[in-house]
Amino acid sequence: MKELTLETLIAVFEEMYGPWLFWAMVVVAALITVAFLYVLIRDRTIEGRYLARAELTAPIGAIAAILFVQYITSSGFSDIGGPIDVIVVLMIGVAGAGGLTFLVYVAQAFMRQPGKNRN
Amino acid sequence: MDHPDRIALSRRGFLGMAAGGMALAGTGAPARAQKVTSSARIVILGAGAAGTAIASRLVQRLDGATITIVDARKRHLYQPGFTLIAAGLKPAAYSVSSTAEWLPRGVEWVDEAAAEIDPEANRIVTTGGKSIGYDFLILATGLKLDWDAVEGFDMNLVGTNGIGAVYAGPEQAEATWGALNRFTDEGGKAVLFRPATEMKCAGAPLKYAFLTDDYARRKGSRGRVEVHYHAHGGALFSVPIVNEKVRMLFDDRGIRVQYNHVMKAIDPGKRILTFATPDGDIETDYDFTNVIPPMIAPDVIRNSPLPWQEGAWGAQGWAEVDKATMRHVRYRNVFAIGDIAGVPKGKTAASVKWQVPVVEDHLLADIEGRLSPAAFNGYTSCPMITRVGRAMLIEFDYKDNLVPSFPGVIAPLEELWISWLMKEVALKATYNAMLRGKA
Repeated sequence: MKELTLETLIAVFEEMYGPWLFWAMVVVAALITVAFLYVLIRDRTIEGRYLARAELTAPIGAIAAILFVQYITSSGFSDIGGPIDVIVVLMIGVAGAGGLTFLVYVAQAFMRQPGKNRN
Repeated sequence: MDHPDRIALSRRGFLGMAAGGMALAGTGAPARAQKVTSSARIVILGAGAAGTAIASRLVQRLDGATITIVDARKRHLYQPGFTLIAAGLKPAAYSVSSTAEWLPRGVEWVDEAAAEIDPEANRIVTTGGKSIGYDFLILATGLKLDWDAVEGFDMNLVGTNGIGAVYAGPEQAEATWGALNRFTDEGGKAVLFRPATEMKCAGAPLKYAFLTDDYARRKGSRGRVEVHYHAHGGALFSVPIVNEKVRMLFDDRGIRVQYNHVMKAIDPGKRILTFATPDGDIETDYDFTNVIPPMIAPDVIRNSPLPWQEGAWGAQGWAEVDKATMRHVRYRNVFAIGDIAGVPKGKTAASVKWQVPVVEDHLLADIEGRLSPAAFNGYTSCPMITRVGRAMLIEFDYKDNLVPSFPGVIAPLEELWISWLMKEVALKATYNAMLRGKA
């Protein structure tokens, strides 16, 4: 690849998912991040109880992300051919784990009933 | 009081991190070059990968110029997808879009083929008799698959009698998958080969040999399947270090190689292929084959003064351009991009991506009255599929040097999943971005 700028990367991602789906995903990711920041600022701390529950879902997110990528690319674990492949699998797993953890954390924080004693 | 399992984090700290992240996201975008005002008439022959990509770039860079693209084909074909279609992984529609949807605004599309080029008079004539004058001519016609040169071949037989033709088009690639699928169920003898002419994506015939082996293994029929690969010359691949690697892999997979075998005829009834060899013609039986015909320049180029004047490239009709600037050596206002260019490497879409900015800069330099330092180094990329799920990301230049895009990260001569992911997921998107002049 001759030049890999952010502009090129965005253009490639737009082609990969279609511009609407790509930017919709960016917006959803941004909204979840903003929602996370919101509850963080609102609560002024990370709520350990929510975090512990959210972290329990991390392995599910990791495995789901890896299986999804393998499914759309007609490949499997036996195709891992070198260290970089292991790193890529781990990165996909971390992304899936992180994404689901954030989502579940934010969902719990929003579902907290207002006025209820938080221990 | 706070619960002990709460982790303290300040509001300011988080806002700071967010700002940092946004600053990071904002970097990297290059400043857009200013538009050049010109009344130049630019004619592009061909609306494939090369023609569309250069049209998109020129529209972004020029103000006032007349840009005309001449091509009768209504369908745009994503040719790097043909191997995936012929591997049963994508439908024929995966490679098909329309010419019109990629052409940028500001480009006039003449939907006729070019019939005649007169570079002395700076004029082309279309099959419909339209005469179009130009100040700059860009050849992006692609090449011609010379099916007539394959004795006994009938396009209607593709998909039957063990005959495949991956290069012929998306529908034929799909039909070839049908033939390969049946063959790897039933077993028998696969005979694969490549033509002796210059060809686009010289890795594709090798990929298909790997895929034939892979499917037979997956189905448990490898014991009943013979895979033969007949190389046209003394090597499997023109880049020596890649040739050695492929030779080792073929050996490992039990793919048997014959050298100096050039296919010349097929007898579909008797299932016989005839090859020209240094010791005379030989015949071999087959149960499955992928017919790849000789590749030559389209008639409109071969019948013009533009091809090389002698040698094999003269006979095959490739445009005589400087291999660094892509500029015609005898007609300074003519350039060639993509398959039609008579340069030692680069009949791939990846090469087009590197050739386009070079031609763009030389053309603009001519308009602005400056000299351009831009040069094409022969960059060619071949994601060599070695089985479904793995590929080698092979990139090289005119000097047969490996020029990996991700040195130290993605090893070029290793069969890797990440290289397969790139072929499967990122390549078409990058190609499309190139068509839009964005990559």
